[in-house]
Amino acid sequence: MSDVYKKFEEKLPGRVIEELKVEAKASKLTDAETTKALNDAVKEYEALLISPGESIGIVTAESFGEAGTQMTLDVFHLAGVAEIQVTRGLPRLIELFDARKIPSTPSMSVYLKSEHTKNEKSIRKVASFLKEMRLEEVSEEFTLNIMNESVEVDLDNKRIKDFGFKKEEILETIKKDLKNASVKETKKGFTLKPESEEINLSILYKLKESAKSTLLRGVPKIIQVLPTKKDGKYVILCAGSNLKKVLEMEQVEGKFTVSNNIFEVASTLGIEAARQAIMNEAVSVIENQGLDIDIRHVMFLADMMTQTGIVRGITRGGISGEKESVLARASFETPINHLITASLTGEKDNLKSVIENVMVNQPIPLGTGLPGLISKIGEKKEKKK
Amino acid sequence: MTKEFDIKKHSLVPTHTKLTEEEAKKVLDEFNITKDEIPKILLSDAAIKDLTPEYGDVIKISRPSPTNTKTTFYRVVVNG
Repeated sequence: MSDVYKKFEEKLPGRVIEELKVEAKASKLTDAETTKALNDAVKEYEALLISPGESIGIVTAESFGEAGTQMTLDVFHLAGVAEIQVTRGLPRLIELFDARKIPSTPSMSVYLKSEHTKNEKSIRKVASFLKEMRLEEVSEEFTLNIMNESVEVDLDNKRIKDFGFKKEEILETIKKDLKNASVKETKKGFTLKPESEEINLSILYKLKESAKSTLLRGVPKIIQVLPTKKDGKYVILCAGSNLKKVLEMEQVEGKFTVSNNIFEVASTLGIEAARQAIMNEAVSVIENQGLDIDIRHVMFLADMMTQTGIVRGITRGGISGEKESVLARASFETPINHLITASLTGEKDNLKSVIENVMVNQPIPLGTGLPGLISKIGEKKEKKK
Repeated sequence: MTKEFDIKKHSLVPTHTKLTEEEAKKVLDEFNITKDEIPKILLSDAAIKDLTPEYGDVIKISRPSPTNTKTTFYRVVVNG
Protein backbone atom coordinates (compact mmCIF):
# COMPACT_ATOMS: atom_id res chain seq x y z
CA MET A 1 0.00 0.00 0.00
CA SER A 2 2.69 2.43 0.96
CA ASP A 3 4.42 2.28 -2.45
CA VAL A 4 1.46 4.09 -3.96
CA TYR A 5 2.09 7.06 -1.71
CA LYS A 6 5.85 6.99 -2.03
CA LYS A 7 5.80 8.30 -5.58
CA PHE A 8 3.87 11.34 -4.43
CA GLU A 9 6.00 12.27 -1.47
CA GLU A 10 7.94 14.75 -3.61
CA LYS A 11 4.85 16.28 -5.16
CA LEU A 12 2.53 16.69 -2.20
CA PRO A 13 3.04 18.01 1.32
CA GLY A 14 3.07 15.35 4.02
CA ARG A 15 -0.12 16.54 5.62
CA VAL A 16 -2.15 16.08 2.42
CA ILE A 17 -0.81 12.55 2.02
CA GLU A 18 -1.67 11.73 5.62
CA GLU A 19 -5.20 12.99 5.14
CA LEU A 20 -5.59 10.99 1.93
CA LYS A 21 -4.32 7.88 3.66
CA VAL A 22 -7.04 8.14 6.28
CA GLU A 23 -9.73 8.82 3.70
CA ALA A 24 -8.60 5.99 1.43
CA LYS A 25 -8.67 3.55 4.29
CA ALA A 26 -12.13 4.66 5.35
CA SER A 27 -13.63 4.20 1.89
CA LYS A 28 -11.52 1.12 1.08
CA LEU A 29 -9.99 2.35 -2.17
CA THR A 30 -7.95 0.03 -4.37
CA ASP A 31 -4.42 0.96 -5.33
CA ALA A 32 -5.50 2.17 -8.74
CA GLU A 33 -8.21 4.34 -7.27
CA THR A 34 -5.84 5.76 -4.71
CA THR A 35 -3.36 6.70 -7.42
CA LYS A 36 -6.13 8.48 -9.28
CA ALA A 37 -7.12 10.35 -6.13
CA LEU A 38 -3.49 11.28 -5.53
CA ASN A 39 -3.10 12.54 -9.08
CA ASP A 40 -6.19 14.68 -8.64
CA ALA A 41 -4.77 15.98 -5.39
CA VAL A 42 -1.53 16.96 -7.13
CA LYS A 43 -3.52 18.85 -9.75
CA GLU A 44 -5.48 20.70 -7.08
CA TYR A 45 -2.38 21.40 -5.08
CA GLU A 46 -0.45 22.82 -7.99
CA ALA A 47 -3.37 25.02 -8.95
CA LEU A 48 -3.40 26.44 -5.43
CA LEU A 49 0.31 27.23 -5.26
CA ILE A 50 1.09 30.89 -5.64
CA SER A 51 2.69 31.76 -8.91
CA PRO A 52 5.99 33.61 -9.15
CA GLY A 53 5.35 37.33 -9.06
CA GLU A 54 2.41 37.17 -6.72
CA SER A 55 2.57 40.06 -4.24
CA ILE A 56 2.48 37.98 -1.09
CA GLY A 57 3.56 40.84 1.16
CA ILE A 58 0.60 43.01 0.41
CA VAL A 59 -1.75 40.02 0.61
CA THR A 60 -0.44 39.32 4.10
CA ALA A 61 -0.76 42.95 5.10
CA GLU A 62 -4.32 43.07 3.85
CA SER A 63 -5.20 39.79 5.55
CA PHE A 64 -4.12 41.18 8.88
CA GLY A 65 -5.43 44.66 8.21
CA GLU A 66 -8.97 43.66 7.46
CA ALA A 67 -9.20 41.32 10.42
CA GLY A 68 -7.63 43.97 12.63
CA THR A 69 -10.63 46.24 12.13
CA GLN A 70 -12.79 43.62 13.87
CA MET A 71 -10.54 43.32 16.90
CA THR A 72 -10.82 44.64 20.40
CA LEU A 73 -9.25 48.06 20.27
CA ASP A 74 -8.53 48.39 23.94
CA VAL A 75 -7.42 46.23 26.82
CA PHE A 76 -10.23 44.80 28.89
CA HIS A 77 -9.99 45.30 32.61
CA LEU A 78 -11.59 42.37 34.34
CA ALA A 79 -12.25 43.88 37.73
CA GLY A 80 -12.64 41.37 40.50
CA VAL A 81 -12.04 38.31 38.36
CA ALA A 82 -9.43 35.84 39.51
CA GLU A 83 -7.56 35.95 36.26
CA ILE A 84 -4.18 37.25 35.32
CA GLN A 85 -4.43 40.36 33.23
CA VAL A 86 -3.15 39.72 29.72
CA THR A 87 -3.22 42.17 26.85
CA ARG A 88 -5.33 40.81 24.02
CA GLY A 89 -6.63 41.90 20.69
CA LEU A 90 -5.14 44.59 18.54
CA PRO A 91 -2.81 46.11 21.18
CA ARG A 92 -1.17 42.72 21.70
CA LEU A 93 -0.86 42.11 17.96
CA ILE A 94 0.74 45.51 17.54
CA GLU A 95 3.30 45.03 20.29
CA LEU A 96 4.03 41.54 18.98
CA PHE A 97 4.78 42.63 15.42
CA ASP A 98 6.52 45.78 16.56
CA ALA A 99 8.74 43.47 18.65
CA ARG A 100 8.61 45.59 21.78
CA LYS A 101 11.41 44.62 24.15
CA ILE A 102 9.02 44.10 27.06
CA PRO A 103 5.34 43.33 26.48
CA SER A 104 2.84 45.49 28.36
CA THR A 105 1.73 42.45 30.36
CA PRO A 106 4.57 39.94 30.55
CA SER A 107 3.26 36.53 31.53
CA MET A 108 4.25 32.90 31.63
CA SER A 109 2.49 29.57 31.80
CA VAL A 110 4.50 27.19 33.92
CA TYR A 111 3.91 23.45 33.71
CA LEU A 112 4.87 21.22 36.61
CA LYS A 113 6.35 17.76 36.80
CA SER A 114 3.74 15.11 37.51
CA GLU A 115 4.92 14.44 41.06
CA HIS A 116 4.07 18.01 42.01
CA THR A 117 0.56 18.03 40.56
CA LYS A 118 -0.97 15.34 42.74
CA ASN A 119 -3.08 17.64 44.84
CA GLU A 120 -3.86 21.27 45.13
CA LYS A 121 -1.67 21.72 48.16
CA SER A 122 1.53 20.68 46.43
CA ILE A 123 0.73 22.94 43.46
CA ARG A 124 0.16 25.88 45.75
CA LYS A 125 3.47 25.14 47.39
CA VAL A 126 5.36 25.29 44.10
CA ALA A 127 3.42 28.42 43.19
CA SER A 128 4.56 30.07 46.40
CA PHE A 129 8.15 29.25 45.46
CA LEU A 130 7.62 30.95 42.11
CA LYS A 131 6.22 34.22 43.34
CA GLU A 132 8.81 36.75 44.33
CA MET A 133 8.62 37.69 47.99
CA ARG A 134 10.46 40.72 49.25
CA LEU A 135 11.13 41.89 52.79
CA GLU A 136 8.64 44.69 52.34
CA GLU A 137 5.79 42.18 52.26
CA VAL A 138 6.50 40.65 55.65
CA SER A 139 7.35 43.88 57.43
CA GLU A 140 5.18 46.32 59.29
CA GLU A 141 7.34 49.38 59.25
CA PHE A 142 10.68 50.76 58.15
CA THR A 143 11.92 53.67 60.26
CA LEU A 144 14.96 55.87 59.82
CA ASN A 145 16.49 56.49 63.22
CA ILE A 146 18.67 59.54 62.74
CA MET A 147 19.81 59.67 66.36
CA ASN A 148 21.22 56.15 66.28
CA GLU A 149 22.17 56.40 62.61
CA SER A 150 20.30 53.23 61.81
CA VAL A 151 17.28 51.77 60.04
CA GLU A 152 14.74 49.99 62.19
CA VAL A 153 12.65 47.25 60.65
CA ASP A 154 9.52 45.95 62.35
CA LEU A 155 8.51 42.51 61.09
CA ASP A 156 4.92 41.37 60.78
CA ASN A 157 4.88 38.10 62.70
CA LYS A 158 1.49 37.02 61.42
CA ARG A 159 2.49 37.37 57.78
CA ILE A 160 5.78 35.62 58.46
CA LYS A 161 3.86 32.68 59.85
CA ASP A 162 1.32 32.74 57.01
CA PHE A 163 3.99 32.53 54.36
CA GLY A 164 5.91 29.83 56.22
CA PHE A 165 9.04 31.83 57.02
CA LYS A 166 11.10 31.88 60.18
CA LYS A 167 12.57 35.01 61.66
CA GLU A 168 16.04 33.44 61.76
CA GLU A 169 15.86 32.61 58.06
CA ILE A 170 14.94 36.16 57.19
CA LEU A 171 17.80 37.54 59.25
CA GLU A 172 20.15 35.12 57.52
CA THR A 173 19.14 36.29 54.03
CA ILE A 174 19.35 39.91 55.08
CA LYS A 175 22.85 39.40 56.42
CA LYS A 176 23.90 37.72 53.19
CA ASP A 177 22.30 40.31 50.94
CA LEU A 178 23.19 43.57 52.63
CA LYS A 179 26.93 43.34 52.91
CA ASN A 180 27.61 46.96 53.75
CA ALA A 181 25.43 46.98 56.84
CA SER A 182 25.46 45.26 60.19
CA VAL A 183 22.30 43.49 61.34
CA LYS A 184 21.17 43.42 64.96
CA GLU A 185 18.12 41.55 66.14
CA THR A 186 15.57 43.43 68.23
CA LYS A 187 12.29 42.57 69.87
CA LYS A 188 10.10 43.59 66.96
CA GLY A 189 12.45 42.86 64.12
CA PHE A 190 15.96 44.08 63.52
CA THR A 191 18.05 47.20 63.07
CA LEU A 192 20.42 47.88 60.21
CA LYS A 193 23.48 50.04 60.68
CA PRO A 194 25.54 51.13 57.67
CA GLU A 195 29.19 50.21 57.94
CA SER A 196 30.56 53.19 56.06
CA GLU A 197 32.63 55.80 57.89
CA GLU A 198 30.49 58.75 57.07
CA ILE A 199 26.82 58.32 57.72
CA ASN A 200 24.28 60.77 56.37
CA LEU A 201 20.62 60.74 55.61
CA SER A 202 20.95 59.70 52.00
CA ILE A 203 23.02 56.64 52.90
CA LEU A 204 20.42 55.63 55.45
CA TYR A 205 17.67 56.19 52.95
CA LYS A 206 19.41 54.06 50.33
CA LEU A 207 19.91 51.31 52.89
CA LYS A 208 16.23 51.38 53.74
CA GLU A 209 15.24 51.10 50.11
CA SER A 210 17.61 48.21 49.41
CA ALA A 211 16.42 46.44 52.56
CA LYS A 212 12.83 46.80 51.41
CA SER A 213 13.50 45.06 48.12
CA THR A 214 15.61 42.21 49.48
CA LEU A 215 14.44 39.01 47.82
CA LEU A 216 13.47 36.45 50.43
CA ARG A 217 12.08 33.76 48.19
CA GLY A 218 10.87 33.09 44.65
CA VAL A 219 11.88 34.07 41.17
CA PRO A 220 12.57 37.74 40.52
CA LYS A 221 10.04 39.55 38.30
CA ILE A 222 7.22 37.04 38.92
CA ILE A 223 4.70 39.26 40.63
CA GLN A 224 1.57 37.16 40.63
CA VAL A 225 0.83 33.45 40.41
CA LEU A 226 -2.42 31.64 39.66
CA PRO A 227 -2.62 27.86 39.57
CA THR A 228 -5.23 26.68 37.06
CA LYS A 229 -6.21 23.63 35.08
CA LYS A 230 -5.76 23.80 31.32
CA ASP A 231 -6.60 20.83 29.06
CA GLY A 232 -6.49 18.45 32.01
CA LYS A 233 -3.07 19.64 33.08
CA TYR A 234 -2.20 21.85 35.99
CA VAL A 235 -0.62 25.10 34.90
CA ILE A 236 0.59 28.00 36.95
CA LEU A 237 -0.12 31.25 35.17
CA CYS A 238 2.31 33.97 36.17
CA ALA A 239 2.20 37.70 35.76
CA GLY A 240 5.74 38.79 35.06
CA SER A 241 8.22 36.70 33.20
CA ASN A 242 11.63 35.19 33.87
CA LEU A 243 11.93 32.19 31.57
CA LYS A 244 15.54 31.35 32.25
CA LYS A 245 15.24 31.16 36.03
CA VAL A 246 11.94 29.27 35.94
CA LEU A 247 13.26 26.64 33.52
CA GLU A 248 16.08 25.95 35.93
CA MET A 249 13.67 25.16 38.75
CA GLU A 250 13.54 21.54 39.76
CA GLN A 251 9.76 21.26 40.03
CA VAL A 252 9.11 22.72 36.58
CA GLU A 253 8.41 20.64 33.49
CA GLY A 254 10.43 22.72 31.06
CA LYS A 255 9.09 21.23 27.86
CA PHE A 256 5.90 23.27 27.64
CA THR A 257 6.75 26.19 29.88
CA VAL A 258 6.60 29.37 27.80
CA SER A 259 6.79 33.10 28.19
CA ASN A 260 4.99 35.69 26.10
CA ASN A 261 8.12 37.82 25.94
CA ILE A 262 9.57 37.02 22.52
CA PHE A 263 12.98 38.47 23.32
CA GLU A 264 13.29 36.32 26.40
CA VAL A 265 12.42 33.24 24.34
CA ALA A 266 15.00 34.25 21.73
CA SER A 267 17.78 34.67 24.26
CA THR A 268 17.07 31.49 26.24
CA LEU A 269 15.85 29.10 23.53
CA GLY A 270 17.25 30.51 20.30
CA ILE A 271 15.88 32.24 17.22
CA GLU A 272 13.92 29.26 15.91
CA ALA A 273 12.02 29.01 19.17
CA ALA A 274 11.32 32.74 18.94
CA ARG A 275 9.88 32.24 15.46
CA GLN A 276 7.60 29.54 16.79
CA ALA A 277 6.66 31.69 19.77
CA ILE A 278 5.71 34.63 17.52
CA MET A 279 3.44 32.31 15.55
CA ASN A 280 1.86 30.81 18.65
CA GLU A 281 1.23 34.21 20.19
CA ALA A 282 -0.24 35.66 17.00
CA VAL A 283 -2.46 32.64 16.44
CA SER A 284 -3.69 32.72 20.02
CA VAL A 285 -4.65 36.40 19.69
CA ILE A 286 -6.41 35.78 16.39
CA GLU A 287 -8.30 32.77 17.71
CA ASN A 288 -9.15 34.54 20.93
CA GLN A 289 -10.80 37.28 18.92
CA GLY A 290 -12.79 34.73 16.93
CA LEU A 291 -11.10 35.60 13.67
CA ASP A 292 -9.69 33.42 10.94
CA ILE A 293 -6.42 34.43 9.32
CA ASP A 294 -4.59 31.82 7.27
CA ILE A 295 -1.62 30.44 9.19
CA ARG A 296 0.63 31.00 6.17
CA HIS A 297 0.42 34.77 6.62
CA VAL A 298 1.50 34.42 10.23
CA MET A 299 4.33 32.09 9.22
CA PHE A 300 5.49 34.57 6.61
CA LEU A 301 5.58 37.40 9.12
CA ALA A 302 7.40 35.29 11.71
CA ASP A 303 9.94 34.27 9.07
CA MET A 304 10.55 37.89 8.11
CA MET A 305 10.97 38.98 11.70
CA THR A 306 13.56 36.31 12.52
CA GLN A 307 15.41 36.31 9.20
CA THR A 308 18.57 37.99 10.43
CA GLY A 309 19.03 35.83 13.51
CA ILE A 310 17.60 38.40 15.88
CA VAL A 311 13.99 39.40 16.41
CA ARG A 312 13.19 42.54 14.46
CA GLY A 313 9.87 44.30 14.51
CA ILE A 314 8.05 45.80 11.58
CA THR A 315 8.93 49.36 12.57
CA ARG A 316 11.32 52.07 11.49
CA GLY A 317 13.94 50.49 13.76
CA GLY A 318 13.36 47.04 12.33
CA ILE A 319 12.54 45.68 8.93
CA SER A 320 11.07 48.85 7.42
CA GLY A 321 14.08 50.86 8.55
CA GLU A 322 16.44 48.71 6.55
CA LYS A 323 14.96 49.43 3.18
CA GLU A 324 17.51 50.50 0.66
CA SER A 325 15.53 53.35 -0.76
CA VAL A 326 15.46 56.72 0.99
CA LEU A 327 12.05 57.61 -0.31
CA ALA A 328 10.58 54.31 0.86
CA ARG A 329 11.94 54.82 4.36
CA ALA A 330 10.76 58.42 4.39
CA SER A 331 7.25 57.40 3.41
CA PHE A 332 6.92 55.10 6.43
CA GLU A 333 7.77 57.05 9.56
CA THR A 334 9.69 60.22 10.48
CA PRO A 335 10.14 61.43 6.87
CA ILE A 336 12.04 64.60 7.65
CA ASN A 337 14.82 62.80 9.53
CA HIS A 338 15.36 60.42 6.67
CA LEU A 339 15.35 63.10 4.00
CA ILE A 340 17.76 65.33 5.91
CA THR A 341 20.28 62.57 6.61
CA ALA A 342 19.99 61.38 3.01
CA SER A 343 20.66 64.82 1.60
CA LEU A 344 23.57 65.40 4.00
CA THR A 345 25.26 62.12 3.10
CA GLY A 346 24.38 62.26 -0.57
CA GLU A 347 22.38 59.03 -0.76
CA LYS A 348 21.18 57.68 -4.06
CA ASP A 349 17.77 56.22 -4.79
CA ASN A 350 17.66 53.64 -7.55
CA LEU A 351 13.85 53.51 -7.64
CA LYS A 352 13.81 49.74 -7.48
CA SER A 353 10.91 49.23 -5.11
CA VAL A 354 7.22 50.01 -5.00
CA ILE A 355 6.74 53.13 -2.92
CA GLU A 356 9.38 55.33 -4.51
CA ASN A 357 7.96 54.54 -7.94
CA VAL A 358 4.49 55.52 -6.80
CA MET A 359 5.98 58.82 -5.63
CA VAL A 360 7.62 59.60 -8.95
CA ASN A 361 4.61 58.37 -10.93
CA GLN A 362 6.19 55.39 -12.63
CA PRO A 363 4.98 51.82 -13.14
CA ILE A 364 5.76 49.79 -10.06
CA PRO A 365 7.88 46.64 -9.95
CA LEU A 366 5.62 44.26 -8.05
CA GLY A 367 5.65 40.68 -6.86
CA THR A 368 7.72 38.11 -5.01
CA GLY A 369 10.01 35.64 -6.70
CA LEU A 370 10.25 37.24 -10.10
CA PRO A 371 13.60 36.88 -11.82
CA GLY A 372 15.32 39.98 -13.12
CA LEU A 373 15.75 38.56 -16.56
CA ILE A 374 13.74 35.94 -18.44
CA SER A 375 15.17 34.38 -21.58
CA LYS A 376 14.62 31.24 -23.60
CA ILE A 377 17.48 28.82 -23.68
CA GLY A 378 17.40 26.07 -26.30
CA GLU A 379 18.84 23.26 -24.22
CA LYS A 380 16.45 23.71 -21.30
CA LYS A 381 13.48 23.53 -23.64
CA GLU A 382 14.32 19.97 -24.69
CA LYS A 383 14.53 18.79 -21.09
CA LYS A 384 11.05 20.08 -20.41
CA LYS A 385 9.65 17.61 -23.05
CA MET B 1 16.84 23.59 43.85
CA THR B 2 18.29 24.52 40.50
CA LYS B 3 19.40 22.43 37.57
CA GLU B 4 20.60 23.03 34.03
CA PHE B 5 17.70 22.87 31.61
CA ASP B 6 18.41 21.13 28.32
CA ILE B 7 16.75 23.47 25.86
CA LYS B 8 16.68 20.81 23.15
CA LYS B 9 13.87 19.20 25.12
CA HIS B 10 11.70 22.29 24.88
CA SER B 11 8.64 22.04 22.67
CA LEU B 12 9.46 25.31 20.89
CA VAL B 13 12.96 24.26 19.85
CA PRO B 14 13.24 22.25 16.60
CA THR B 15 16.16 19.97 15.76
CA HIS B 16 19.27 21.78 14.59
CA THR B 17 22.02 19.92 12.73
CA LYS B 18 25.26 21.24 11.33
CA LEU B 19 25.93 20.44 7.67
CA THR B 20 29.35 19.46 6.40
CA GLU B 21 31.00 21.50 3.64
CA GLU B 22 29.82 19.13 0.89
CA GLU B 23 26.28 18.93 2.22
CA ALA B 24 26.13 22.71 2.47
CA LYS B 25 27.37 23.09 -1.08
CA LYS B 26 24.74 20.64 -2.28
CA VAL B 27 21.99 22.64 -0.62
CA LEU B 28 23.26 25.92 -2.01
CA ASP B 29 23.49 24.42 -5.50
CA GLU B 30 20.02 22.97 -5.23
CA PHE B 31 18.48 26.37 -4.57
CA ASN B 32 21.04 28.20 -6.72
CA ILE B 33 21.89 30.73 -4.03
CA THR B 34 24.87 31.97 -2.06
CA LYS B 35 25.35 31.90 1.69
CA ASP B 36 24.56 35.62 1.90
CA GLU B 37 21.06 35.00 0.68
CA ILE B 38 19.83 32.45 3.21
CA PRO B 39 18.46 33.42 6.62
CA LYS B 40 20.93 33.85 9.46
CA ILE B 41 21.45 32.41 12.90
CA LEU B 42 23.74 34.01 15.45
CA LEU B 43 26.92 32.27 16.56
CA SER B 44 25.77 32.76 20.15
CA ASP B 45 22.32 31.28 19.56
CA ALA B 46 21.26 29.09 22.48
CA ALA B 47 19.95 26.27 20.30
CA ILE B 48 23.24 25.60 18.48
CA LYS B 49 25.59 25.81 21.43
CA ASP B 50 26.28 22.06 21.40
CA LEU B 51 27.09 21.96 17.69
CA THR B 52 30.29 24.02 18.10
CA PRO B 53 29.37 26.23 15.16
CA GLU B 54 31.77 28.43 13.27
CA TYR B 55 31.23 31.48 11.14
CA GLY B 56 29.79 30.45 7.79
CA ASP B 57 28.46 27.04 8.79
CA VAL B 58 25.09 26.05 7.40
CA ILE B 59 22.61 24.80 9.99
CA LYS B 60 19.79 22.55 8.92
CA ILE B 61 16.60 22.94 10.91
CA SER B 62 13.84 20.34 10.75
CA ARG B 63 10.76 21.82 12.26
CA PRO B 64 7.13 20.84 12.49
CA SER B 65 4.92 22.92 10.25
CA PRO B 66 1.24 23.77 10.57
CA THR B 67 0.76 23.25 6.83
CA ASN B 68 2.95 20.19 6.41
CA THR B 69 4.13 17.36 8.60
CA LYS B 70 7.70 18.56 8.64
CA THR B 71 9.69 21.23 6.86
CA THR B 72 13.38 21.76 6.41
CA PHE B 73 14.89 25.17 6.81
CA TYR B 74 18.45 26.41 6.49
CA ARG B 75 20.26 29.14 8.33
CA VAL B 76 23.83 30.29 7.99
CA VAL B 77 25.88 31.10 11.09
CA VAL B 78 26.87 34.76 11.41
CA ASN B 79 28.86 36.53 14.09
CA GLY B 80 26.95 37.98 16.98
